[in-house]
Amino acid sequence: MSEEKKQVLKVENVTMQFGGVVAVNNFSLEVNEGEIVAIIGPNGAGKTTAFNVITGVYAPTNGRVFFNGDCVIENFPRGKMKKLYKGENAGLYSHTLEPTPDALTLKGMARTFQNIRLWKSMTVFDNILIAKHARRTSNLFSAAFRGNRKEEAAQRAEVEELLSVVGLTDVKNELATSLPYGKQRRLEIARALATKPSLLLLDEPAAGMNPQETQELTRFIGQIRDQFGVTILLIEHHMDLVMDISDRIYVLDFGRMIAEGTPAEIQKNEKVIDAYLGVVDDAED
Amino acid sequence: MTQKKSKKGAWIALIAVLAWLGLVFALDQLIKPTDKLGMLLIVLQKGSVYALAAVSMNLLNGYTGLFSLGHAGFMLLGAYTYAIFTIPDKNRDTVYQYFHAVVRFSIPEKLSQGMGGFGTALGVLIALLLAGLVAAVMAYLIGLPVLRLKSDYLAIATLGFAEIIRAVFQWSKLGPVTNGSNLLKNFARVSKFKLELGGTKLSLSTFVPVLIATVSITLIVLIVNSTYGRAFKAIRDDEVAAEAMGINLAKHKMLSFVTSSFFAGVAGATLAMVLSIAQANNFKSAMTYEILLMVVLGGIGSITGSVIGSMLFVAASEWWLRGLDSGSFLGIEAPGVFRNGFRLVVFSIIIMIVVLFFRKGIMGEKELPDLFRRKKKAAPAGKEAAE
Amino acid sequence: MQTVLPYIISGISVGGQYALIAIGYTMVYGILRLINFAHGDVFMVAGLIMVYLAASLPLYVAIPLVILLTVLLGFTIERVAYKPLRTAPRMSVMISAIGVSYLLQNLALYITGGLNKNYPQIPWISDRISILGMETTRVTVITPFLTILLVVLLVLLINHTKIGMAMRAVSLDFEVSQLMGVQINTVISVTFVIGTFLAAVGSILFFTNYPGVVPTSGAMPGLKAFVAAVFGGIGSIPGAVIGAFIIGIAESIIKGLDTILIVNGAITEQIGLATFSDAFTFVLLIIILVFKPTGLFGEKTADKV
Repeated sequence: MSEEKKQVLKVENVTMQFGGVVAVNNFSLEVNEGEIVAIIGPNGAGKTTAFNVITGVYAPTNGRVFFNGDCVIENFPRGKMKKLYKGENAGLYSHTLEPTPDALTLKGMARTFQNIRLWKSMTVFDNILIAKHARRTSNLFSAAFRGNRKEEAAQRAEVEELLSVVGLTDVKNELATSLPYGKQRRLEIARALATKPSLLLLDEPAAGMNPQETQELTRFIGQIRDQFGVTILLIEHHMDLVMDISDRIYVLDFGRMIAEGTPAEIQKNEKVIDAYLGVVDDAED
Repeated sequence: MTQKKSKKGAWIALIAVLAWLGLVFALDQLIKPTDKLGMLLIVLQKGSVYALAAVSMNLLNGYTGLFSLGHAGFMLLGAYTYAIFTIPDKNRDTVYQYFHAVVRFSIPEKLSQGMGGFGTALGVLIALLLAGLVAAVMAYLIGLPVLRLKSDYLAIATLGFAEIIRAVFQWSKLGPVTNGSNLLKNFARVSKFKLELGGTKLSLSTFVPVLIATVSITLIVLIVNSTYGRAFKAIRDDEVAAEAMGINLAKHKMLSFVTSSFFAGVAGATLAMVLSIAQANNFKSAMTYEILLMVVLGGIGSITGSVIGSMLFVAASEWWLRGLDSGSFLGIEAPGVFRNGFRLVVFSIIIMIVVLFFRKGIMGEKELPDLFRRKKKAAPAGKEAAE
Repeated sequence: MQTVLPYIISGISVGGQYALIAIGYTMVYGILRLINFAHGDVFMVAGLIMVYLAASLPLYVAIPLVILLTVLLGFTIERVAYKPLRTAPRMSVMISAIGVSYLLQNLALYITGGLNKNYPQIPWISDRISILGMETTRVTVITPFLTILLVVLLVLLINHTKIGMAMRAVSLDFEVSQLMGVQINTVISVTFVIGTFLAAVGSILFFTNYPGVVPTSGAMPGLKAFVAAVFGGIGSIPGAVIGAFIIGIAESIIKGLDTILIVNGAITEQIGLATFSDAFTFVLLIIILVFKPTGLFGEKTADKV
């Protein structure tokens, strides 16, 4: 039955190489509508790099990304990279499509950051409101002369609603950075949701949280998937959270995908255990 | 609820602006330039021009976080555009002594032929808008290559463009348009602006520049408080996050740059109007630095701060500290020390003290109305500072 | 060629002077990531100190004293205006530098009364000599050699001494060097001392060829030297030197371009291209920033997300 589901994201043979260093090597991944998919792996395995490629921060050295069925990113080794390229499947592609992150956000991708990136000088309310900016229809003139009153009021109402869903209404006028850590994470997720995404990418949402906060977050992630109907791709180190909510898991090590499967399969996978326990060397910190 | 509050705030702001304009108009009639208080008029004239320049710079440097040092160049463009299109026909040949002027019409003069005094006012307005537009178009062209650069590289590249613009305007081959390195004069200027009411002539020489600055600054405030202003601030706070939330960096940076330059052009035109001359050599990078220091004095990221900062800057350097240049200050007689230039030394030391020890300037990131309301909010803010 | 040669020679000389200033910019930027806008004004102040000292002291006392006082000024500026802002955003430090520049110019304006101060004639180096069949001053000829000598000494210092190693470490990673026990403040002070020392030497060479010093004398050479530093790849000393020579020569040629073109028959009358001798520097700057933002010899740095 899951075969019938719509494919939201498809990453195809993506390699990301910085100079001579291959951060992500020939990575492929698929995420279907309504799923929660996790990417795990030891530190330095290339998870965040993979995220940055998918969201348009880096143009991949080689490979393609499809979003909701359309090819949104494509590249192949060119120029200097032609000689330097160490990855695979270089011959498969011949087009380049390198959108900036904002273009992908407009298509329906939204993300959070590993090291929280809220807008420091602004309140909780404004942090979410600004994320709505990309969806407004007013231009500079109509906005300056308040020709967009209706739109502005509607967006403000949406922000209020979002705030109450994520439970931040009581702190909406506080500075975003004055919130406790856990709430800042929540705010970042709310801000991403404000762009009305169909795919939400969470980069270590539970980093720095204690077990109780992690549990709360696990529930929260499940809740937003159901309530907003978003598909979720996440990077995480907290194994209880990952095993708890993921439908499928991809494991990266040294830029390569070493395993893929359901939480139960991954837990039994020899290669994954080796990567984490460090048979060759200790990759985990 | 918040909607109602902001509506009330808008009315209060409107009344305050009208009262301010009324006051300036009254001062314009009551004080003669030769009076002891005549300096007040000069401070208001120059102060409002610099306030506009500072606010427009703040839009870019303070609100969007783009450190640009090209302001003098855009003001030059504005000043020249305005001057060239408002020199009356009969004055053309005396102004362009060494060249044969190409532009041979004055917009205010042309319009006044059909519409009288109203036509002149309309002509001045059109010339002002044209001044802003020329600066804005140039900003767009310059912005295409340089806005991709990061902080200090952007600063130095914009500074470079301002210097290039200055050189181009002084080039003798462009003399028929720009009068080369000679100054432009005899164009529509504030000392000539009068309102005739029932036979009495009312002076507008202070009112007009103040009006231009007030209207322009109001427009900038409207932009800053709109969804675009918030997007600019998001770019300043965290560019990566802004881009990830769907804000197109190139487009918004360009919008901010072009808008800022438009108003810099208007400020340049108004400056020409106030000083009665326009000369490329006055628009050196030192002018940009002065405007930047006004912004810093008032607080980077505060519009009222920029206005207060530039008014204080002009008042202090043109008026209050005058005594430091002419022998006696606050009753102290010391002609040996208090001679030409001492004022600026004292003044630069004050500025250095602000830069080093009061980094937030007078207003920080607050606006004047913030000081009157939301006392309640002071508590959490204080708590945060204590942490 | 005969018409171009004199311009090239004077360009090389001006380039050498710019190079000495540019090193101060590039070293400070390498370590503090700060465009020291006041550097050009320090150069101007060195000129003024010379004017005043030479009026009452013999030159062999005045010249070392000029260098000493200028170095002291550079050191003081760093301690007073930049050190307190070490943890502040970069923009604040840059504004402070602009403030110092404003202060120095106004101070000079006050002391000189805005008048042009004649620069003293320094025997031997101010003498007119004839080389390759053209008249010039001796300083024009010795400048490039002196510059190169000083640069070689500086590079030796940076590559072979302990303090040089510390400087390289700090410019690679400020925080880590601090953690590793490098005395950051000493390193920064030494950088400013070296930078201002070279600017003082440059000032003596530069003003000898000019009629006098005014408060704004430092602004343009300062900006140009900075452009030279960016052109060569900021942080790189050889880059700054090469950039400075290129800019010096280009500027000098443009100053004489009308004459050169007339002699070659390309144009028939003066067209005032000399107006662009300053602006051309900035054209070069923008071209390099757009096409190779890291300069000719700069290293690429990646942004972290």
